[in-house]
Amino acid sequence: MKKVLVLAVFALATAVTYAGGYRVSLQGNKSLAMGHTGVAVINSSESVFFNPSALVYLENKLSISAGAHGVLANISYQNETTGASDQTKSLLGTPFYFYASYQATDWLAFGLGVYTPYGSSVEYDKDWVGSHLVNNIDLQAIYVQPTVSFKINEKLSVGGGPIYVNGSVNFNRNLNRTLTDLDGNRSNVTIDASGVTAWGWVASTTFNFTDNLRIGATYRSEMILEAEGGDATFENIPNSPLTPFEDTKIDAAMPLPAELMVGMSYKFAENWLFAFDYNRTYWNVYESLDIDFANPAIPDSYNPRNYKNSSAYRFGLQYEATKMFTLRAGYYFDETPVQPGYFAPETPRGDSNNFTAGLTVNIGENLQIDASFLFSHFKEIDASYDHYLENGVAVPFAGAYKTNAFVPGLGVTYKL
Amino acid sequence: MKNLLKYTFAALTIGLVSCEPEFDSPVTDGGFYSSGSANLSKFVAVGNSLTAGYADGALYITGQNNSYPNIMAQQFEFVGGGDFTQPLMNDNIGGLLLGGNQIAENRLVLAVGADGNPSPVRLDGTPTTDITNKLSGPFNNMGVPGAKSFHLVTPGYGNVAGVPVGTANPYFARFASSENVKVIEDAAAQSPTFFSLWIGNNDILSYATSGGSGVDQTGNIDPSTYGSNDITDPNVFASVYNAQVEALTAGGAKGVLVNIPEVTSIPYFTTVPTNAIPLDAATAAAVNANFAGYNTQILPGLAGMGIISAEEAAMRMINFSAGQNFPITTDKDLTDITAILQGPPFNLPAPTAALLGQLRQVNSDDLVVLTASSVLGSTPDPNNPQGVVGVSIPLADQFVLAKSEQDRITAATNSYNATIQGLASAKGLAFVDAKTALARLSDGGIPYDGGVLTSQFVTGGAFSLDGVHPTARGYAYTANMMIQAINDAYDATIPTVQIGYYPTITLANN
Repeated sequence: MKKVLVLAVFALATAVTYAGGYRVSLQGNKSLAMGHTGVAVINSSESVFFNPSALVYLENKLSISAGAHGVLANISYQNETTGASDQTKSLLGTPFYFYASYQATDWLAFGLGVYTPYGSSVEYDKDWVGSHLVNNIDLQAIYVQPTVSFKINEKLSVGGGPIYVNGSVNFNRNLNRTLTDLDGNRSNVTIDASGVTAWGWVASTTFNFTDNLRIGATYRSEMILEAEGGDATFENIPNSPLTPFEDTKIDAAMPLPAELMVGMSYKFAENWLFAFDYNRTYWNVYESLDIDFANPAIPDSYNPRNYKNSSAYRFGLQYEATKMFTLRAGYYFDETPVQPGYFAPETPRGDSNNFTAGLTVNIGENLQIDASFLFSHFKEIDASYDHYLENGVAVPFAGAYKTNAFVPGLGVTYKL
Repeated sequence: MKNLLKYTFAALTIGLVSCEPEFDSPVTDGGFYSSGSANLSKFVAVGNSLTAGYADGALYITGQNNSYPNIMAQQFEFVGGGDFTQPLMNDNIGGLLLGGNQIAENRLVLAVGADGNPSPVRLDGTPTTDITNKLSGPFNNMGVPGAKSFHLVTPGYGNVAGVPVGTANPYFARFASSENVKVIEDAAAQSPTFFSLWIGNNDILSYATSGGSGVDQTGNIDPSTYGSNDITDPNVFASVYNAQVEALTAGGAKGVLVNIPEVTSIPYFTTVPTNAIPLDAATAAAVNANFAGYNTQILPGLAGMGIISAEEAAMRMINFSAGQNFPITTDKDLTDITAILQGPPFNLPAPTAALLGQLRQVNSDDLVVLTASSVLGSTPDPNNPQGVVGVSIPLADQFVLAKSEQDRITAATNSYNATIQGLASAKGLAFVDAKTALARLSDGGIPYDGGVLTSQFVTGGAFSLDGVHPTARGYAYTANMMIQAINDAYDATIPTVQIGYYPTITLANN
């Protein structure tokens, strides 16, 4: 009987999850205002991210852009069978960016970018109905990317460079749906890893058909954050040999998927620019999140994710209204990488329709203020995560989710 | 430009304020679920330990939080249910003090022993709930552990002075509104709009858990003369139960009535096998030799003399063999032949005569209670390794519920249940067939989203470590039964709970 019990308790204790579709497309206020297009748009050092090869076509010797976005994302959950419901706390996430480009010669430009394309910050009420999957998560990844850009001729350029990423994650969930200490406090585990680094690369090209029509493509490689020696901290564990959970180290790996972005821009009238980007994110690398606890008494955790590659379709419009103001607007459709049955509440994103707007204010010759606003609308969906196991039995976590996000952003551009 | 900025900021402000994504039809909206024709604004639950949330041989806070009435009340909040208060204990140790002296034991927890095997043990610690500390009510949960049907209408049942002499209940003494008040009066005084009543279990259960050591009082309609382990007369039950339903419905309240499960549904009676004594062939032969005289001379002789029937003689035969064996036991329903055996022609010494006086072997129709597991096979006298309980020392009557005793329980239970169901239908109240619901636990179990809930002791999930009271998960299952019965009776759509979210046994090493 002891064995049965041990098995029962252990099996209850395993599913740790990190994050779902945790791509955060907020890599520049000018671009975001135009639906986060920019592969074939040449107007600032935001191209360090969108298309390094375009830097060589920038008009200015030096161009610096920096800014941040305030992400107010909210998730509502409910289950009509039981009446259970919850809403995430409104956390303010602040993805930021810094880009600089320097025109060394007519055919050579250098660039440097620091940006945060992946991240997630979600906090449910402690011990909510899905707390065996996640109580809260905070995931951050900062990319540092030096680039070089060569003009092959007036029509064609190439660019690229290495990417260094520094990531961290903090995650808490309850061990299962029922385990508590003697006083009824839920047993939980916190996983914490920071200073996790990896290297990757970016390569891109730009082709100008005419002065008004150009296309581009950018490929950013996949990087795997290998968290070795992270900390697992257990709390409210019953005093029993049947629950041998004590603080230990963990190894885990989390992918930051590769991304292909292709785009075109067309200046269809004086002062008017239209841009279209297509993004493909190679999420299928995210098959499973496995956590290896150093303490052999604690069973390792296997959490299928089974993401699929996903696409985004982006449309942007820019109008240079006056010498002082440039107005922008955009729309994009963002497809979820999450497949049916794998919808985990840590980042419950379905397909989304996104509306953007923004403007640039020219203050003098060298300085611009860039503002943007994004509203992300996710349709109400019924979804479930079917791969959480209890005593070897899959216990689906199902319900309706509704998510939205409001993202105001502000930045500056300095040109010389 | 000014306008543009103004509109931008206006849009931002509206956006930030209306940030929360609203469902098209939120479950938290008043109208999503319906209470039908029931008014759940004031819910009062009346009953015994089951209603109180008693588990693991004690009452403690987390158990109370998972009592079935509290789970129901949480779901009632979706349809206009009001606050639900409970006379919470002071700790999660369980146990009671009376003026500093412990009068009820601590809760049971599952501890891993030195041999590596888990077993239920009492949790260490000194209880902090002293029943002389009065709580100020009223309380929606009027579950009083230990109460029998007639106790709810007994004046003085909450008088702390009566606790040491057994005329009052220590749990009710904590929150009775006055010394002489009846439980049912404190319940009715709250003017419930809705009530649950689940009482009568103890009217048979204490007889059963004591191995039938009490008296079947059927025919005696004066409960003040009953012992604590007696079976309550069905007419007494019908009378007091009727009075309770009258009291609770006097203000027009609707409610739910619950019937009494069979004792054979609970692991206290089904965990220890009737043939728990393993013997090898040599030992069996040696033991049989000891009983040869009893089998071949005494029993046939007494039958021949007409002192016992041939049937009783056959039932009293002792026979061990290699393998699993039925223990010997004393059965007070047998003819007591102690005195006869001391006279001619047997002339046995008094101790031997006493041993054989009401002796038989347990048989497969009997039920051996859970607490026998620590007694069977033990050698109470360390200087006499031959004195083994079940082999050479009879298992005491209190550990065995004989077929004849089970039949008395069944008869009383059926009678009580006829009263309960009849009243439910006469009064138009919801009715929960707990007897059938609990029987399902031991007959295949109840599938849920994390497995199958069964009455298997420790591992089945439904019953706590005392083998009698449900776990939180068992109580959640009970609450769902109640909610479904209410939904059916009153055209309501109150949501049920997922029982997989409710814990089972508690792991703890002292």
